[in-house]
Amino acid sequence: MSVQDYKSRLSDPASRKMGTFSYLPQMTPDQIRKQIEWIVKNGWNPAIEHTEPKYAMSNYWYMWKLPMFGETDVDVILAELEACHAANPDNHVRLLGYDNFRQSQGANMVIYRGKPV
Amino acid sequence: MAAKKYDAGVKEYRSTYWEPEYQVKESDILAVFKVIPQAGISREEAAAAVAAESSTGTWTTVWTDLLTDLDYYKGRAYAIEDVPGNDEAFYAFIAYPMDLFEEGSVVNVFTSIVGNVFGFKAVRSLRLEDVRFPLWFVMSCPGAPNGMMVERDILDKYGRPMLGCTIKPKLGLSAKNYGRAVYEVLRGGLDFAKDDENVNSQPFMRWRDRFLFCQEAIEKAEAETGERKGHYMNVTAATMEEMYERAEFAKEIGTPIIMSDYLTVGWAAHTSLSKWCRKNGMLLHVHRAMHGVIDRNPNHGINFRVLAKLLRLIGGDHLHSGTVVGKLEGDREATIGWINLMRDRFIKADRSKGIFFDQDWGPQPGVFPVASGGIHVWHMPALVSIFGNDSVLQFGGGTLGHPWGNAAGAAANRVALEACVQARNEGREIEKEGKDILTKAAAHSPELKIAMETWKEIKFEFDTVDKLDVQHR
Repeated sequence: MSVQDYKSRLSDPASRKMGTFSYLPQMTPDQIRKQIEWIVKNGWNPAIEHTEPKYAMSNYWYMWKLPMFGETDVDVILAELEACHAANPDNHVRLLGYDNFRQSQGANMVIYRGKPV
Repeated sequence: MAAKKYDAGVKEYRSTYWEPEYQVKESDILAVFKVIPQAGISREEAAAAVAAESSTGTWTTVWTDLLTDLDYYKGRAYAIEDVPGNDEAFYAFIAYPMDLFEEGSVVNVFTSIVGNVFGFKAVRSLRLEDVRFPLWFVMSCPGAPNGMMVERDILDKYGRPMLGCTIKPKLGLSAKNYGRAVYEVLRGGLDFAKDDENVNSQPFMRWRDRFLFCQEAIEKAEAETGERKGHYMNVTAATMEEMYERAEFAKEIGTPIIMSDYLTVGWAAHTSLSKWCRKNGMLLHVHRAMHGVIDRNPNHGINFRVLAKLLRLIGGDHLHSGTVVGKLEGDREATIGWINLMRDRFIKADRSKGIFFDQDWGPQPGVFPVASGGIHVWHMPALVSIFGNDSVLQFGGGTLGHPWGNAAGAAANRVALEACVQARNEGREIEKEGKDILTKAAAHSPELKIAMETWKEIKFEFDTVDKLDVQHR
């Protein structure tokens, strides 16, 4: 392949990335399920957040309810993700795994990508 | 008990400093040395000599010994062990009472335990393999200015190792061209770019110009990608005054992270900088130039695990740890040993990883190990597997050497990293299935595809010089 341009522009909202896994194609339902299983397997607390794409760089996205402390049912977590997306169809929706022992997030990934700006 | 009488002359060290019945105390600083004694000197005498010369003793009895309670202050050799696979050498375990050391001063500790004794004639060679720092000493040291979890929060990076790139050529670029290289790697998807260790403030690129151009690169890449970025601005300089001046300027222009070389600047200077970073909310990347001089010879010097522990005490948020798989020296199990020592709260003794003592770090935060040197996309599965999430993987040539340039090289690394993390989370064995994982990821990333074609054949398969001590086979 001959030399190619790297297509990333300030003026092109499609250039905005969103952390871990945002350089891969949007995950399929099966892939999402496996990442949720990883969060559950590690004993992390799942949590859902969303934001208007315009404010994606803020530390504080809106919480979708409270973190799902102790939730291990993958289908319940998936259903909450879908509910958040349905209620906020234009927003980015991300799934977190809170690791309370390390006081950090073991996982953080955008599941639904809103329209970037 | 009758007081001792003064008896001038030379006594055997072992009569005072070899105490196999000694019970080590929680408060003792413990050290293990690999010793090769001169011919004709017994192990006990050599071990006792090391204990004596690294604590209270000298070659002859002096009358002032009797003005103090030497039994209380002396270091003592309390155990001797064979070194697996080395018939000449033995391990000498030495306990030093806490009164021998000034609180918060690794300078003082090391001036004692690796001071004169390393030139001592009775031993042919001497290597400090491990040190157990008691909690009272750990807590008297500053520790990481921020620590791993704070850094993740500041930079908003979760669930994966971070990615960096050292800008090359090491020397000779103008500040503006250098900033260009930084901008390109950051816009392509890396989290950090890095000054090389010997980039300080040379005539071709003075530090202030470099900082300003690199900061513009960071800010534009952040706006473009929507992600937070950093460039390790190297403030290593000839004097503390200059280091502070550069650090203050870096803070003023709003950059998140600076860098120091903790061995060449000296531990006192580095500690001062680390405390400055805590005070000023700056992250601190730590390079280890000169470590090979100290830690590479398996029979003489200081093992890197000790230098890594030392850095965790005096403070850094990142420390270069070796890659295992790249162009630079590094035994896999030994490396895993010292990256655990950098990151974990409590590390149990584990001889299979070269760790001789339990080490409790109390609440001191962990330090990110940095894998840097001669690595490229094909190494990604092994790197993610060895280092896990809490690490910085740094690809210099493996980013800048991409046929389409830095941004494409950065994107290739980012795609490869995320594909490996995703596969690991899915429960796949990424080292075994690495080729399949990368090949599938390359199907939607032409940048990764070309990177895989470019570097496929590069390998560094020299034997490691500093290996763990293991039995003859």
